[in-house]
Amino acid sequence: MVEKLGPCACQPISEDELYLRLEQIIAEYQAKPGALIPVLQMAQGVFGYLPEPVLKKISLGLNKPYSEVAGVVGFYSFFSTHPRGKHMIRVCLGTACYVRGGKRILEVLKQKLGIDVGETTSDRMFSLEVARCFGACGLAPAISIDDEVYQRVKPTKIQEILDQYRQKDSAEPARKDK
Amino acid sequence: MLKITINNQETQVHPGTTILQAARQLGIRIPTLCHTEKYAPVGACRVCLVEVEGTKSLVASCAMPVSNGMKVQTHSRRAREARKMVVELLLSAHDGECQTCDRNNDCELQSLAHEMGIREVTYPGEKGPKKIDQSTPALVRDAGKCILCRRCVAVCNQTQGVGGLFPQHRGFKSMIGPAFTNDLSDVVCVQCGQCAAICPVGAISEKDQIQEVWNALDDSTKHVVVQTAPAIRAALGECFGHPPGTLVTGKMVAALKKLGFAAVFDTNFAADLTILEEGTELLVRLKQALLENKPVALPQFTSCSPGWINYVEHFYPDMLPNISTCKSPQQMFGALAKTYYAKKLNKRPEDIFVVSIMPCTAKKYESQRPEMASSSVRDVDVVLTTRELARMITQAGIDFNSLPDEKMNAPLGLSSGAADIFANTGGVMEAALRTVYEIVTGKPLPFENLHVTPIVGLEGVKEASLKITGTVPDWSFLEGLTVNVAVAHGLGNARTLIERIRSNQGNYHFVEVMTCPGGCIGGGGQPRMTDDTVRLARIEAIYREDEGKSLRKSHENPDLKKLYEEFLGRPLSEKSHHLLHTRYTPKGLL
Ligand code: SF4
Ligand code: SF4
Ligand code: SF4
Ligand code: FES
Repeated sequence: MVEKLGPCACQPISEDELYLRLEQIIAEYQAKPGALIPVLQMAQGVFGYLPEPVLKKISLGLNKPYSEVAGVVGFYSFFSTHPRGKHMIRVCLGTACYVRGGKRILEVLKQKLGIDVGETTSDRMFSLEVARCFGACGLAPAISIDDEVYQRVKPTKIQEILDQYRQKDSAEPARKDK
Repeated sequence: MLKITINNQETQVHPGTTILQAARQLGIRIPTLCHTEKYAPVGACRVCLVEVEGTKSLVASCAMPVSNGMKVQTHSRRAREARKMVVELLLSAHDGECQTCDRNNDCELQSLAHEMGIREVTYPGEKGPKKIDQSTPALVRDAGKCILCRRCVAVCNQTQGVGGLFPQHRGFKSMIGPAFTNDLSDVVCVQCGQCAAICPVGAISEKDQIQEVWNALDDSTKHVVVQTAPAIRAALGECFGHPPGTLVTGKMVAALKKLGFAAVFDTNFAADLTILEEGTELLVRLKQALLENKPVALPQFTSCSPGWINYVEHFYPDMLPNISTCKSPQQMFGALAKTYYAKKLNKRPEDIFVVSIMPCTAKKYESQRPEMASSSVRDVDVVLTTRELARMITQAGIDFNSLPDEKMNAPLGLSSGAADIFANTGGVMEAALRTVYEIVTGKPLPFENLHVTPIVGLEGVKEASLKITGTVPDWSFLEGLTVNVAVAHGLGNARTLIERIRSNQGNYHFVEVMTCPGGCIGGGGQPRMTDDTVRLARIEAIYREDEGKSLRKSHENPDLKKLYEEFLGRPLSEKSHHLLHTRYTPKGLL
């Protein structure tokens, strides 16, 4: 009989250990040309996002000006300097969605979540971003949460959608902020 | 050679020549903004678009290399209109008013708009993010006026190797600036102002302190004196229509007197003083190393350039013991004006107000360093750049060009030719050698016209060696020693030189570093735009000023001798240490 896999047995990793890993990554890449982007990617993998102290360590370790490191992080949208929530909400502001009330949807989301674009709720449940068209123009306005696309979203429906995610997750609580 | 036809004119160019360069060779001017001679093209502004036969879209001529048989139209209707559109789009995103802008009449965007006949901005675009950064003592950055040309990024990263500025974010949020578009004081910046000198528009400028000087001049309780750095006299004329390399020493003095300064003094006097202090310091270090076998930091580095001091404090703190403890001439002057000179007038240090005219923005920062108050109050009160002085002269309604030549005041106004050349890369070293060699051997430096030619000019890192023979008894331990010196200008070159020293090459005894390319004549506060042609013209003018004097060596300056007799005693005396020497602070990179 196949034993059912239990929940992952990894212990929560301490901050010190995370930094130790970062140091190992930097040490490995230090001498290589073009190291900045791979190191940033791995650091984001380790920490989940790229907080300032991590970026400063990378700047010193790779001997790159901090302004350059920050510039590279800001250029690529897959880098994030804020912790990402468990669920990523993207609001389409492509032309069709925009004219059909996408902007209003965004306002409601901001208000309901209490965060601005690019931020994460303090319970780390949701992050909010804007997007350019995900091909649902016929059914605008559209938002996506993780891989799920919601079409013809009405402002009054938003609370309901958010509640679904909260209920689903209440069994397994999100990561706590330090 | 490649054949190219531009505007129906045929010509031949070397492979690798860009369309822009080929056009220039034919005397055809194509407008540019992001392009500079020195750096690889980034193609950021698209102001240089031209038509190339057989290609659909217009190409950026600054970035496009010529290919054989290429046919180009630079001023066809289509090219002209496209370029005009590019400038209109820049203006539509531009958040600034020319009338109240530091660069009014000195702005490349403004000139282009004028030359293209743009009379209204037809695309009222959303403006970029406005953010004025006044976080540093030297510079003001106004992101609203930035056209994202990246010239400052090139100079800060490639020439200076500091990396304070970099493109941040992207798309509409794009900005050029320090990390995450925070303040400049949040990142390493040495305050050199090379970014302000190269910016085509009013997005980076020196902090304007003219009003503070007017206020002091109007304050009857203050005795307001001014000192002028060696590099001002070879550049100020450019602000009044003279070609680069025109010496305007006498007119500059006359203008300062007209502005109402109680005395016009010369930083050069303090430069002569620096040579005596710093030269003696070098001899002491050599004695400790060679005769007494004491552990002592060699080579000795010069300390006149505040951007360089910042650079070492941030990037090479372990080398701080190598830096001469001498204050820069500006700060030596301030300390003396409020002690030696104040005493002569029976005044207290706080009654004297010292204004400096400097080619440099970092001097503004330097004057604010906490250590720079050895007279009991701030030794230098306000620092103006060359550009600010020119504005002040204009504000006062002075017709600069019709002024007679006047002379600096005593007792801090007389200087040698050795002090003049402090303005040029290699100049401090040459001035020091003129004095040190003579102290040690009793004979003048054995070079034609006293010039140390291997360290003259714009080569990034320069070296010279000099064998010492015929020493006087006091310095006989130096007999036969070959003294090796090195000179670097621009902090990127300084880094190359430091790395050389750290890998035990060169065996140098004395090293001169100036922060700005070309030395102070190319400072961040000098009239815009400074390219190598301008640098060479100013350098040549400074050597002319030096050669035109009969007094060519610092130790022969009679007023300096008087200063030692009456006040300081001798070089490195206790009083000298208190007033003329300083200490440095290691600073982190982040
Ligand atoms: S930067 Fe140039 S165009 Fe802009 S406001 Fe200043 S002078 Fe005018
Ligand atoms: S002042 Fe010098 S170091 Fe600072 S940002 Fe400008 S160029 Fe870079
Ligand atoms: S600050 Fe000036 S030099 Fe730098 S990118 Fe902006 S406009 Fe260009
Ligand atoms: S000058 Fe050619 S793109 Fe800017």
